[in-house]
Amino acid sequence: MSVAIRARGVGRAFGAIWALRGVDLTVAWGERVALLGPNGAGKTTLLRLLATLLRPTAGDLRVADLPLPGAADRVRGLIGYLGHQPGLLPDLTAWENLWLAGQLAGVPDLADRCAVWLARVGLWERRADRVRTFSRGMQQRLALARAFLADPPLLLLDEPDAGLDAQGLDLLEDLLAGGRTVLLTTHHLERGLALASRAVVLVRGQVVADAPAAALDPAAVRAWCAA
Amino acid sequence: MAQTLSRPTASARAPGGGLALFTTLAGAAGAVTMTLALYGIFVLAPTERTQGVVQRVFYIHVPLAWTAYLAFGVVFVGSLLYLLRRRRRWDVLARSSAEVGVVLTTLVIVSGSLWGKAVWGTWWTWDARLTSTLVLWFIYVAYLMLRAYVGDPDRAARYSAVLGIVGFLDIPIIHMSVIWWRTLHPEPVVLRSEGPALPPEMLWVLLMSLVAMTCLYLSLLGLKLGIETLREDLRARRSPPAGQ
Amino acid sequence: MPPTPVQTPVSSPPTVRRPRPLVQLGALIWKDLQTERRTREIVLTTAVFAALALLIFVFAFDLRVENRRAVAPGMLWVTVTFATLLALGRTYASEKDQGTLEYLLTTPVDRSLLYLARLLATLVFLLVADVLTLGLAGLFFDLPLLTPGLLATVFLGTLGFASVGTLFAAMAANTRAREVLLPVLLLPVSVPVVIASVQATAADLGGAAGDHPWLGLLLAFDGLFLGLSALLFEHVLED
Repeated sequence: MSVAIRARGVGRAFGAIWALRGVDLTVAWGERVALLGPNGAGKTTLLRLLATLLRPTAGDLRVADLPLPGAADRVRGLIGYLGHQPGLLPDLTAWENLWLAGQLAGVPDLADRCAVWLARVGLWERRADRVRTFSRGMQQRLALARAFLADPPLLLLDEPDAGLDAQGLDLLEDLLAGGRTVLLTTHHLERGLALASRAVVLVRGQVVADAPAAALDPAAVRAWCAA
Repeated sequence: MAQTLSRPTASARAPGGGLALFTTLAGAAGAVTMTLALYGIFVLAPTERTQGVVQRVFYIHVPLAWTAYLAFGVVFVGSLLYLLRRRRRWDVLARSSAEVGVVLTTLVIVSGSLWGKAVWGTWWTWDARLTSTLVLWFIYVAYLMLRAYVGDPDRAARYSAVLGIVGFLDIPIIHMSVIWWRTLHPEPVVLRSEGPALPPEMLWVLLMSLVAMTCLYLSLLGLKLGIETLREDLRARRSPPAGQ
Repeated sequence: MPPTPVQTPVSSPPTVRRPRPLVQLGALIWKDLQTERRTREIVLTTAVFAALALLIFVFAFDLRVENRRAVAPGMLWVTVTFATLLALGRTYASEKDQGTLEYLLTTPVDRSLLYLARLLATLVFLLVADVLTLGLAGLFFDLPLLTPGLLATVFLGTLGFASVGTLFAAMAANTRAREVLLPVLLLPVSVPVVIASVQATAADLGGAAGDHPWLGLLLAFDGLFLGLSALLFEHVLED
């Protein structure tokens, strides 16, 4: 049976330092997984590995049964990525940023899709304004729209809650509730447990816990992170 | 967290017997052939009519140049294989050969300059070969600078591999453009299109010297490979293996 | 009024969509052109720099009538060389800061296409600046410079710089000493471009440059290094 993500013994080293070691992870289609852990735990590294931005140094990593880095170009057609920085083009308008993303992904009915998503994230009125003029929260919302635009089977979101106000957080919750497969990271422990159905805790590059979100006690997770 | 040294993994071994043997053999062969070559250069080779004794620099300058090109050819092969296979050993080969190659190229330039001073009276002439060699020197010095300025070792290996490939493939074009541009240098005696125009005694000494210089290159390369392999081994030992 | 969205839950194994490369290429070039149109950052600064460089040359060299024709090709190409370095450096600077490049790398775009788009956009900017430079130099030095032959030489020479420069600028942008490293990397490799361009320009202005096929050499260089750089670009982009 096909799974969204299968990682076996995956590791990534930067020079002499291993940011991830011996990571075993399986994510089925339709699951919402939160990656939790302290700073430097390797959450972003794992996400970047899945987004084909990095090659694994060790282990076997597959997305939709496609091996990385071998089938990286095919994997890219299946993912929607939101990085640490929104990564938008500051001198293009909101509409143009989405348009570009759609053209690169081969999205059909692009004009309609852009309109739909701009409205969804509450940026329809600002569609003709340059992203340079947007606040951090607005940029984050646009970047989220861009990640969802091509309707990707797998979403990889690095701190999607960063910079969002209460309305933005509601929007995020709404977006995530759609039944898509999502892997997200967050620094906000309770929020992560609330947004996801399953939580994986990373500490110093290794998986220390992997359980349904409801089953994890926030205090226990804090203790692991502080250890 | 204290660093613990672990057992070396298969891909990072201290310089084994193979490399040490190679280096020793190359060094020994180099000592023998260099002695023979020097004898040939100063005793056996006839004095050239127009340039006199100074012309003997030719037997050092030209083989050094050929060996430098050999070194950069090895850089090309190492770079190509690194990008294709991503094994550290190819990067070690490329960067070691690049360093030795820069040394050899420097010697080519210096010997060429000395020759020029003795024959034409100036410390520098913009003749074709010297100019091409200077450009070559700049390319591979850029290679070394690139490695120095890039922080991450994997990225440094990748970037310099790209430069190693681009630089080497550029060499024939640089040659052609420089030769068209300037014709001050006396016709390259050995590399003329009609075939070697050297009398046999000179040709033999030149070939002897070429063998000697190649042995010199190989022994220097062997030494450098040993150092770099140790460095890689140390780096591998510093980081614990993945998975355990 | 924008339409309301419809949720489409996905839980089964997906099929890969195949976007068309020409569409992607067009979109990528458009993004650089559009950004430049809004900011006018690259073309303007490059053109101003070129004009100032030419001005310095006027003061640096003795420009009596005979000298002008002899010195003009060199002055022109020194100006173009350094203007190209400037333009190449600028194109990467802002993208790196904004994290846009990282996003682009997660899209299903072939790396060679990213190279080609970057090259073509940069080429457009450079050619605009070069034509302005040619015109201005023609004015300053009282020489007929806007001829088809010279324009062809400028096109091929600039393409030569840009082909390898696009590759090297991406590398230099990721290092500590990016402004210094780009010339160190690019200039030695581009020596044939400089030689051929200057000689072709000299020949075009009526000087004697031998009967070597300089434009042919430029064409060969451009072809070889365009292909090579397109192939190697992915190794520079990944991490």
